[in-house]
Amino acid sequence: MELKYETIIGLEVHCQLLTKTKAFCSCPTTFGSLPNSNVCPICLGMPGVLPVLNKQIVDFTILMGLATNCTISNKSIFARKNYFYPDLPKGYQISQFENPICSKGFIEIELENNSTKIIGITRIHMEEDAGKSIHDLDIDTLVDVNRCGVPLIEIVSEPEMRSSKEAFKYLSAIKQIVTYLGICDGNMEEGSLRCDANVSVRKIGENNFRTKTEVKNMNSFRNVERALEFEIERQINLYEKGESVIHQTLLWDANKNVAIPMRSKEDAHDYRYFPDPDLVKVEVDEKWINEIKKTIPELPSKKLKRFITEFSLPKYDSEVLTTERDVAEYFEETIKNLNLKNPETFKLASNWIMTELLRVIKEEKVSIRLLKVLPINLAELIDAISNGKISGKIAKDIFAEMLLRGEKPDVIINKKGLIQLSDESEIEKIITKILDENPEVVVKFREGKKQLIGFFVGEVMKLTSGKANPKIVNQILLKKLNNAN
Amino acid sequence: MSVTIKEVEHIAKLAKLSFNKDEMDLFTKQLNEILNYVEKLNKLDTTNVEPLSQVIELANVFRGDTVGKTISTKEALKNSPSQMEPYFKVPKVIN
Repeated sequence: MELKYETIIGLEVHCQLLTKTKAFCSCPTTFGSLPNSNVCPICLGMPGVLPVLNKQIVDFTILMGLATNCTISNKSIFARKNYFYPDLPKGYQISQFENPICSKGFIEIELENNSTKIIGITRIHMEEDAGKSIHDLDIDTLVDVNRCGVPLIEIVSEPEMRSSKEAFKYLSAIKQIVTYLGICDGNMEEGSLRCDANVSVRKIGENNFRTKTEVKNMNSFRNVERALEFEIERQINLYEKGESVIHQTLLWDANKNVAIPMRSKEDAHDYRYFPDPDLVKVEVDEKWINEIKKTIPELPSKKLKRFITEFSLPKYDSEVLTTERDVAEYFEETIKNLNLKNPETFKLASNWIMTELLRVIKEEKVSIRLLKVLPINLAELIDAISNGKISGKIAKDIFAEMLLRGEKPDVIINKKGLIQLSDESEIEKIITKILDENPEVVVKFREGKKQLIGFFVGEVMKLTSGKANPKIVNQILLKKLNNAN
Repeated sequence: MSVTIKEVEHIAKLAKLSFNKDEMDLFTKQLNEILNYVEKLNKLDTTNVEPLSQVIELANVFRGDTVGKTISTKEALKNSPSQMEPYFKVPKVIN
């Protein structure tokens, strides 16, 4: 049934910019401060105050515009968006309406079948955030205006996504870009990245859009996909029953997994935008744009492709490593410090970062940059494995030590005497001893119980505290056990 | 250009104001008088004239991203009719 329908999704993504101060006043933007402490007459909306624009916001927005192939408008103005809500003390939000600073851009997303799709960006504009309302009390609503005036960019996409999966990919790509650029921390759970969706469906082959609904309150990546799927199905079901979809806003309820229509607000969309007379126009010339162009880092899609070609990494590895800029740079720094540089050691570095380091940063919820294991030390550890100085198993123990104390692997190896035992004559001596002490096991092995090899390997490891080179142990064991046959 | 009583009702609602019938009639009449007066401007030919959003011919007035002074929570709450420190308190907005 659903095959007859096509989904149309457009996203509006809000990103809180990582500035030190608010958009139009010098209050700090620190998250988690005491309620109503990061405030001044300007963000409190007192009469007679004058907003002054924070230049950093314009720089950040131009940077995002350039990274998403937008046209940067040489003249842009601010507008007032008028509505009443307790967490908006001025009674209007300063935003942009006509002449947004960036428009007509696009980004590329990757689809399941490895093909790519271009998603258009209608516009990116600057605006300020509202405060926070707390509705937990029975009879009152409490208001904290710390967030009032915190700078946002709103990125509006074209209605070009055709499934919840595509919307998810687009949103992930946007998050990746803003975090690579260092203009937003991209944390949906804490609300520094927010996403609203416009959703409609139509029969395949139809040319006109049908009525859309707006879905809000999706405060995690998983919720976005779920909420969209819910809404798509709801609309299709309505049409299948011969009913129609009404234009409304729905709020996603993550606990109940349903989207609930917001109370009707027939007048609410009449925002009566008009140019803000308190703020002067922003003019951006070529020189300014070129200065910002110079600061664009290598973007994730490009980095991903380069990791595959330059380091011969599998696509999966490259994807994982480039998800976050910090991780990608950590990897590259590790590679740079390797003594032995070849596809095998690159893959080894990738494995260590993907399995060990990413596990730790996920468990401890810290940035990879805050780990005590520095890239230069990880490189040393990988060198020690690839030149046979230590075994992979011992390496894990050394890594655990490095995590705790940040010591260099060589220091730990020497201190603990962990150098891998690869001396064949010494290993042979140990093996001879073990075989002599366990004649009955040797007999069983020779009678065909080949899995008993594990027992001997275990004994060798016990006697050498795990330091024996397992490859050599296996060779000598097999030679000795089979020879006497 | 003129406004109807319906439009005036709409604007009043957006501004969260309510008026009785007599007031509505009066405001509709007054608003229309103002609009008629301003209508005179339409006699000017403004083709090829860009709309002006700012009377001062200035551009690019910025501040640097440096933290300045804030006021205390007590001071911030001082003018509000209702509060529960450290919050402003307003009648329940949603159920």
